[in-house]
Amino acid sequence: MTAETNTEAPKKPAPADQESFLSVFTRNLWSSNNVLITTLSIVLAVVIGAVLIVVSDADVLAKFGYFTARPSDALTASWTLISEAYADLLKGAFGDPAVFQAWFNGTATWQEAFAPLSETLTYAAPLVFTGLSVALAFRGGLFNIGAQGQAVLGCIVAAVAGFTFGLPIVLNLIVALLAGIVGGALWGFVPGLLKARTGAHEVITTIMLNYTAALFLSWLVIQKGVQAPGRTDAISKSVAESAQLPSPGGILRVHLGILIAVLVTFGVAWLLKRSAFGFEIRAVGANPHAAQTAGISVGKTYVLLMAVAGGLAGLGGATQVLGTAYALTPAVAGNIGFDGLLVALLGRNRPWGTFFAALLFGALRAGGNRIQSYAGISLELVTVLQALIVIFIAAPAVVKAIFRLRAARNTAAGVSLAKG
Amino acid sequence: MSTATVEELTEVAAPEPFWSRQRRLGLALVLIGLLAAAVFGSLAPSEDARFTLSEDAEGAALSINGQFGAVLFGLLALAAGGAMLAGLARRRSNVLLSLGILAFVLSFLCWQVAGNFMPLVDTTEGTLQLALPLILGALAGVLGERSGVVNVAIEGQFLMGAFAGALVGTMATSVWVGLISAALGGVIIAAILAVLSIRYLVDQTVVGMVLNLFALGITGFLYERLMQPDAQTYNTPPQMPEWRIPALADIPVVGPVLFQANLLVWVALALVVVIHFGLSRTRWGLRTRAVGEHPTAADTVGIRVRGLRYLNVLLGGVVAGIGGAYFTLVATGNFTKNMTAGAGFIALAALIFGRYTPFGALGAALFFGFAQKLATYLSAIESPVPSQFLNMLPYLATLIAVAGLVGRVRAPAADGVPYIKG
Repeated sequence: MTAETNTEAPKKPAPADQESFLSVFTRNLWSSNNVLITTLSIVLAVVIGAVLIVVSDADVLAKFGYFTARPSDALTASWTLISEAYADLLKGAFGDPAVFQAWFNGTATWQEAFAPLSETLTYAAPLVFTGLSVALAFRGGLFNIGAQGQAVLGCIVAAVAGFTFGLPIVLNLIVALLAGIVGGALWGFVPGLLKARTGAHEVITTIMLNYTAALFLSWLVIQKGVQAPGRTDAISKSVAESAQLPSPGGILRVHLGILIAVLVTFGVAWLLKRSAFGFEIRAVGANPHAAQTAGISVGKTYVLLMAVAGGLAGLGGATQVLGTAYALTPAVAGNIGFDGLLVALLGRNRPWGTFFAALLFGALRAGGNRIQSYAGISLELVTVLQALIVIFIAAPAVVKAIFRLRAARNTAAGVSLAKG
Repeated sequence: MSTATVEELTEVAAPEPFWSRQRRLGLALVLIGLLAAAVFGSLAPSEDARFTLSEDAEGAALSINGQFGAVLFGLLALAAGGAMLAGLARRRSNVLLSLGILAFVLSFLCWQVAGNFMPLVDTTEGTLQLALPLILGALAGVLGERSGVVNVAIEGQFLMGAFAGALVGTMATSVWVGLISAALGGVIIAAILAVLSIRYLVDQTVVGMVLNLFALGITGFLYERLMQPDAQTYNTPPQMPEWRIPALADIPVVGPVLFQANLLVWVALALVVVIHFGLSRTRWGLRTRAVGEHPTAADTVGIRVRGLRYLNVLLGGVVAGIGGAYFTLVATGNFTKNMTAGAGFIALAALIFGRYTPFGALGAALFFGFAQKLATYLSAIESPVPSQFLNMLPYLATLIAVAGLVGRVRAPAADGVPYIKG
């Protein structure tokens, strides 16, 4: 990881002697601070997304054919297309004003009004866990690409526990969640151990384990005792109702997972900031040699860190299968591990940053579904937007160059040096 | 190449512990040989396993009793392991190891094929075809990584290449235009990777992973916007023709595989030789290796570190893009969403398993291609061995290789480290 993303920028610029707060604030407002870079990255991604929407629409492109004769045609058509698409994105993510209106008038239920928000939170919940997994590992200097595989293992073990044990209510859910954590932790422990014992690079080992996990899952779901009885396609039995994460039901799919996500984010923040292990993680992440010299066992930290990160990703997989999917399929984990990677980068590897980044990604995903069904624009637009946002976040120098930002005083001086 | 010499030197210099690398490997071979002879031998039916030279069950064939073969080859693997354990042929331990593994594979085949037949031409051809994108992808990796730029975006380059090849190939109704566009598609991803990692010093693995998702998103988006509604105009690329070299194509097994093939087969094999020669014998290769191992020293003697890295990453983009073309212009007649399905990562595995060398990558890619081909063959004959486990083989083999259980793989020293002049 670059020095950039790990640099803890001071929250406020140190006030100079004679300057008023206002002048310092305005001077730093348009400078390369994290908030502005994040905002501008999102803006840039949205603009590029708009261009993509236009160039991939045959009707609008046809109007550009006679652009010089009647530019207004092409421009109006593009504007309509783009604004409707993004309006759908927002409506799908946060709620449709028309439906809220209908709710006040009594023609729609409150469930319908809040369904979009529920979708956002549903998509965000697993991403919080996988994002935290990647972010935590990053802080210890490890790049956990394996969140995907760990989440898959979490899915597998949680689901198997969910339909096997048949324990009483509450207990069944807790056992299934814990099982998911253990599954993910095991899958994280292996690359941690290999790194500590043999120096094998965790990026390579975790990539390999991702695909191993995916293949294992696709084998497992068609085995006797796992596959749903009477089905010939690749789907497992459903988890017992007592092992499912409680949810309001109906069209509101949001479940307890998002609340657990808040708690776990608190926990990870505490772990990093306040615990001895968190200190070791940060020390090893900052400089493993110095940490070794200071008496921290780097190998032990790596192993433990990867196990904890794996456990977090496994919990993400468990929430996915116990909260929304309820049964294993080869694609049950979707892309949550790789999305978690983007979420962590967007959240600058800080627990709460990751949490809000996951909410943003959940919102994009929920909105993307609406774009797909209303405007007929591929859901993949969301993937493009997410990747673009993170590319710009990861390369702040690009954003700075585009918008000609000055380096912020007292904040990013070291950064611009490091960026060359 | 240099890795081997270093290892040999240290082996001579340091007094070895009893459980040297050779003995440990020997023990492992003895164990899998025993397993093969006992398990495969007892499970195999006592029927003929026929390896036919033609496409079907008829005609000339190499034939062996399945049970006998499984036991025989298992014992051969055991013998090779025993020789290594006893410390025989110390200088040639890699040959013994390869022989042992080959015997193990043959023992497995005898068990599986017993009472059935395996068409050798089809198997070899399938192996080579499946290995093709892996070879090209791994070579792209070799180019980048030997000059110090980690390329985990091979998957993204494949996807862009496959997509661009299909789109432009269809619109221009020319497979060659498609091939060139595929190369350009790979270059686009490579260029972003190069600029962000070399100029803006962003972590190379991070950029690579994000670029994979970007390529997945943008090709998926354009596929659903353009290709799905109107496949006729955008997604029916012409296919690469198969060329036959008259006399050579008549050689049994090898002939139809190598000399009655599409251009990509020859391009890939030629590139292996060219890149190997280039890396080891030319000025460009020496400089590339210098930049990958010790950029500061290279800079001191006047090599333009960043320029060379740009060049190599972009060349890698061309190669990987052509590898992507395989998916749409050779293997299938159209582009589909996420059609590479992790092949880029198997190519990455082949690169690492092949110790970052062109010929190593070729060998690894062929091995992985064979594993994939075998997986489809086994599911076709309804073998009890699940194909998923065979498909895991590339990943597990790489895991074992990087963990140093079978000789440590060493990446170029400056791999993944951005160079800051100063």
